[in-house]
Amino acid sequence: MSATLVVAAVEDRAALAIESLSLSFGGVMALSGIDLTVAPGEIRAVIGPNGAGKSSLINVVSGLYRPDHGRVWLGGRSFAAVPTDRLAALGVARTFQNLALFKGLSVLDNVAVGLNHGFRAGVFAQIAGLPGARRERAAAQERAAAVLDFFHLTDMRDRLVGTLSYGVQKRVELARAVVARPRLLLLDEPMAGMTLTEKRELTGFIRAIRDELQATIVLIEHDIGVVMGLSDRVAVLDYGRLIGDGTPEAIRANQAVIDAYLGVAHDLEAGEGI
Amino acid sequence: MSDIAIKTGRRSLPGLSPQAFGVAALLAIAFGVVPLVGSEYLFDALLTPFLVLSLAGLGLNLLTGYTGQVSLGSSAFMAVGAYAACNLAFRLPGLPFLVDLVAAGVIAAAVGLVFGLPSLRLRGFYLAVSTLAAQFFVQWVFNKIGWFSNDSASGIVTPPPLSIAGIAVTSPVGRYLFTLSVVVAVTALVWRLVRSPTGSALIAVRDHETAARVIGIPVLRTKLLAFAVSSFVIGIAGVLWAFAYLRNVEPAGFNLDRSFQILFIVIIGGLASLRGAFLGAALIVIFPLGLARLGDALLGGLFDSGVLEMSQRVVLGLLIIVFLIAEPAGLSALVDRMTRRITPWITPWITAGRA
Ligand SMILES: Nc1ncnc2c1ncn2[C@@H]1O[C@H](COP(=O)(O)OP(=O)(O)O)[C@@H](O)[C@H]1O
Ligand SMILES: [Mg+2]
Repeated sequence: MSATLVVAAVEDRAALAIESLSLSFGGVMALSGIDLTVAPGEIRAVIGPNGAGKSSLINVVSGLYRPDHGRVWLGGRSFAAVPTDRLAALGVARTFQNLALFKGLSVLDNVAVGLNHGFRAGVFAQIAGLPGARRERAAAQERAAAVLDFFHLTDMRDRLVGTLSYGVQKRVELARAVVARPRLLLLDEPMAGMTLTEKRELTGFIRAIRDELQATIVLIEHDIGVVMGLSDRVAVLDYGRLIGDGTPEAIRANQAVIDAYLGVAHDLEAGEGI
Repeated sequence: MSDIAIKTGRRSLPGLSPQAFGVAALLAIAFGVVPLVGSEYLFDALLTPFLVLSLAGLGLNLLTGYTGQVSLGSSAFMAVGAYAACNLAFRLPGLPFLVDLVAAGVIAAAVGLVFGLPSLRLRGFYLAVSTLAAQFFVQWVFNKIGWFSNDSASGIVTPPPLSIAGIAVTSPVGRYLFTLSVVVAVTALVWRLVRSPTGSALIAVRDHETAARVIGIPVLRTKLLAFAVSSFVIGIAGVLWAFAYLRNVEPAGFNLDRSFQILFIVIIGGLASLRGAFLGAALIVIFPLGLARLGDALLGGLFDSGVLEMSQRVVLGLLIIVFLIAEPAGLSALVDRMTRRITPWITPWITAGRA
């Protein structure tokens, strides 16, 4: 059975399916012929050395990169190029490898603005303070405050995000991604640059997000300990190719993965990219 | 806020913050005291132009400060507002002036929307250059097409005298009060806008366009909205410039210099700060007069108008460089720091006033 048929068969059950996806930059194949299916409610880790194509994969799924070949299935619909503008409406949220917060907004507003896309009131209704607009806004602020509470950010709700530590900013970005209750959450190295304590805390948060929102999570992470403990399945990328895909135990035992990644002391620092 | 006041059992002025108190005090002085004590010179040469330029700065700040779209075409939108209101007043004399005012703002918004279209593709420097095109194009149109200036030979249009609800506004203090009322009303609307969810969207687009797109903010629509609202506000400023301040209109009055002046107001006052527009405009209006006095006192007859003009440009240029380097957040940030220092001193006084 070809990979295409497999994808087609599970497409309506999968939270995310990627079908023979290829992407190149000039001569560099960032992704070549990737097939990947993510089941609803699973935490799926994506690992691989720097430059393996992990961020590119998430960027294609969120529509920031347009693939050369292949399709992306989201919530039962297939896209040659995912429309970024409709991502939130499709129930997809993401964080970025490098901080992507709105530094001129407070912590609360950074999170609350993640609910703007669902508003029905127009700008005039907001300026005039019509009842519908006020209700929407109050509900959004309440929801955002609850999410801040969840992430232990309540004490900082009125601070400008630029004044916060790196680890806290990463958490605010996660809160912004979660606030609209996404069905699929794409996390690009959410723990990079964090202390051990912060990593442990964030691991708990990610698990809690999955349990409370019944969300599907795709997690790019370098810390193998975190990955093995947190994820249901692990996909391994190397030079744009998928060289392993399975449970943490299976990945640990996979010779190709050991050769390419696990066995060797790779440079595990955070790479560049969006 | 008021329920907090009830809980703590406080009477009168429930939950008025020091800022709100400050604004209320300023309004009381501007409406209640200044008209009684001001001179004609103060109204016509200082306060009215200060208010109009503040409003223009406010409009540009929405676009540049809040949304991050640099524009060098502000005075073009002032011109559109001014000419639109003149033409409406001449051609549809039955319309009340306030209708002309709002309609002129809407026309300026529509023109701003068109010239905002390049922002969907261009950024930063390139966008600034494209707004420069708006500046030159609009000025050219008003120069070339006589219809807009009632085919007047000189190209100068004198708008009909200001009259609100049948009451002629002819005195300097009347024009000041009218300008003040319009500026306060429009500022209140802008304040509502920047504090609304849409205001957050403007800042989101400015700070991280990609992240804004990902969370579902319609980036293109938000940019166009910023252009439209900004041009509306600047257009209203243009109407006031024509009807309440200069009382005549010519294309040369809305040249690139004016656009830069408005941009400097925003930079000096502070990007993304409503108060900054007023502080910046105050400095821009008072500074040349102060410099003229100073030059006169120091150099006497040597300080003629040519020297004055040149030294104005030099000092202003230096001032902008100093601000960009030492205080990029502008006068507004300076004032913030000062109020933080004096708040502990005046708070007991305000609280005492409430009891
Ligand atoms: N926007 C881009 N322009 C050019 N090359 C890119 C771009 N994004 C990624 N690449 C290249 O694609 C490859 C994969 O990069 P990336 O997806 O960031 O890897 P990872 O996230 O696994 O470290 C790298 O060789 C990188 O240089
Ligand atoms: Mg990466």
